[in-house]
Amino acid sequence: MAALPHARPRRAPVWSPRRNMRQFTATAAVTLVALLVVALFLAPLAYMTLTALKTQKQVQDPHSQFLPSSPSTYRYEGRDYPLLNVPTEGGARQWALVKPGREASDFIDPDNPAAGLIHWEGRWRVLEPVYHFDPTLENFPKSWNQIHLDRLFGNTLFIAVVGTLGTLLSSVAVAYGFSRFRIPGINLLFIILISTIILPRQVTLIPTYIFFRAIGWGGTWWPLIIPHFFANAYNVFLLRQYFKGIPRDMDEAAMIDGASPLQTLLYVILPQSMPALTAVGLFHFFFAWNDFFEPLIYLQGREDLYTLSIGMTQFANIFNTQPGLATAASMMALALPVVIFFLAQRVFMQGIVITGVDK
Amino acid sequence: MATLSTTPSAAPTVRRRVSPLLRREINWGLLFLSPWLVGFLFFTLMPMAASLIFSLTDYNPIHPEATQFVGLTNWGRLFNDPFMRQAWAVTLRFVVISVPLSIAFPLGLAVLVNSEHLFAKNIYRTLFYMPSMIPVVVNVIIWGGIMNSETGWLNRAIEFVFGVQGPRWYQDEAWVIPALTIMGFWGVGNTMLTMLAGLQNVPTELYDAAKVDGASGWQRFFSITLPMISPVIFYNLMLCVIGSFQYFTQAYIIGNGRGDPNGATMFYNLYLYRIAFNFLDMGYGATLAWAMFVIVLILTIILFRTQNRWVYYAGGE
Repeated sequence: MAALPHARPRRAPVWSPRRNMRQFTATAAVTLVALLVVALFLAPLAYMTLTALKTQKQVQDPHSQFLPSSPSTYRYEGRDYPLLNVPTEGGARQWALVKPGREASDFIDPDNPAAGLIHWEGRWRVLEPVYHFDPTLENFPKSWNQIHLDRLFGNTLFIAVVGTLGTLLSSVAVAYGFSRFRIPGINLLFIILISTIILPRQVTLIPTYIFFRAIGWGGTWWPLIIPHFFANAYNVFLLRQYFKGIPRDMDEAAMIDGASPLQTLLYVILPQSMPALTAVGLFHFFFAWNDFFEPLIYLQGREDLYTLSIGMTQFANIFNTQPGLATAASMMALALPVVIFFLAQRVFMQGIVITGVDK
Repeated sequence: MATLSTTPSAAPTVRRRVSPLLRREINWGLLFLSPWLVGFLFFTLMPMAASLIFSLTDYNPIHPEATQFVGLTNWGRLFNDPFMRQAWAVTLRFVVISVPLSIAFPLGLAVLVNSEHLFAKNIYRTLFYMPSMIPVVVNVIIWGGIMNSETGWLNRAIEFVFGVQGPRWYQDEAWVIPALTIMGFWGVGNTMLTMLAGLQNVPTELYDAAKVDGASGWQRFFSITLPMISPVIFYNLMLCVIGSFQYFTQAYIIGNGRGDPNGATMFYNLYLYRIAFNFLDMGYGATLAWAMFVIVLILTIILFRTQNRWVYYAGGE
């Protein structure tokens, strides 16, 4: 198996102060550039998080704060007054505006309320309000209920998990067939299989759609699940490459002991193929989690069956009016795939390399 | 496609010396292949043929009984359809703007995370890959916020750095394709990984020899690295071009399924969807689908033909 290759082995370091200094500078420079690129690349995630923590009022605030924050107030004689940044001779002060006027206003100093009202000459409207960090979690339950995220999660999970099972079962069988059996014309069959990768699925779309509708599967999940029980080129390719890398001696030994090809597959090949199986399973899971086109056409009008991708489009449309809700829902929708990815990233990324480079 | 048949009669030379043991092996093998054989027949080959037949009719799912054979009318319409021409223009615009960047950007990332000077490479690889896991709808939503013309971070950064007002990305005909391209940067994980693997397969001796000959870093990149990884670039280029014709989800969401603003996101595949599933003109839809298949096939062949000029296969494959 072509493991995700590691760094090229470094030559034995020859120690010299100048050389080491240069090495250090290069490492520092490259790492800094990389940090900067990562920061820019992932900045939208920060934007999403910060927006999700803002209330609708904070989003619409004309002073539009970077962090989710609200204008601070100060309670004076039983009433709340807004805190403003007031420039004074002694530097900028944070005073509460008690009696606003056009050209002059009265303030109270929260640090020293006993001093009473302070008269200040100037237009209070040009003063910047004082803000304090004030995140909210209300967007999460609100967006969850608004688009029934629990239902969308359940639906998507069911479709993804059953489809993954189907893809694994069928692709394992087909890849085993392609890797171990002397069937006449098998190379040609394999070429046909691989060439279906460039076949746009639209070319089979309309008859397939009409067929599924005709057998009463319109408005059900079956068209999103059943076709995956018939293997697909990417996964078969990946698994076949992997199976071919497993020495034949072992299955021959099993055969001599009287194992059938099915037993050989189950007890010899599969236990050694866990990384490839994981990769294929993840590919399909992510595909199903993301799929848009087919749920869109097959589930039209069946809101109770919608998947996450389809359900989330409502938020794409209301984004400009309620970004807090949209970003909170986004965070919840991307959490599961991202967590799974982090847990399984090594196996997953190896799989990408095999399907992408070895062809 | 007659060669598809796997029965021994298709290969008479084999039948003569088929021993019972080999016979058994073939049967087992066919049994294992059967999911794909059946799937290929029912979900690929037959629908393809049916699609071609549909393209000769005016099939409408509401009145299937009224379907008539209309000959090549749909195919003729293909060449005189102004909307189709616009969809072509949008798709080509996307290919021209987006494809070079979706090759160059992940290549740059791959070079970066492959650098021997980079500290903690694996963390960067994971982080650059991670956004590829984010569902496309979510991607559109988040970037919609970033590219919001008033409050978005992108325009604020543009104003801060250049002192000019940024464009109205999603709402501007001229800027929506660049906006989609920028959004696409979050999906370059696969390309980056394959490029990275390509980079790591370049033999170190080549670089050492070039260093001895006094080649600079840029010279080494353009004269060694690029030619050596050209097969990977070729593979990704092909996927990108084919993918452009199948581009759908992002355009559908941004353009509200109608190609907003003003048809600027009416990609080929979106137009196909509208014809077939909004206007229910499935005959013409099937024609568009087949035309897409033919276009993709021709593009693939053209790209393969250009291979000799710029793709280098070590070992003379």
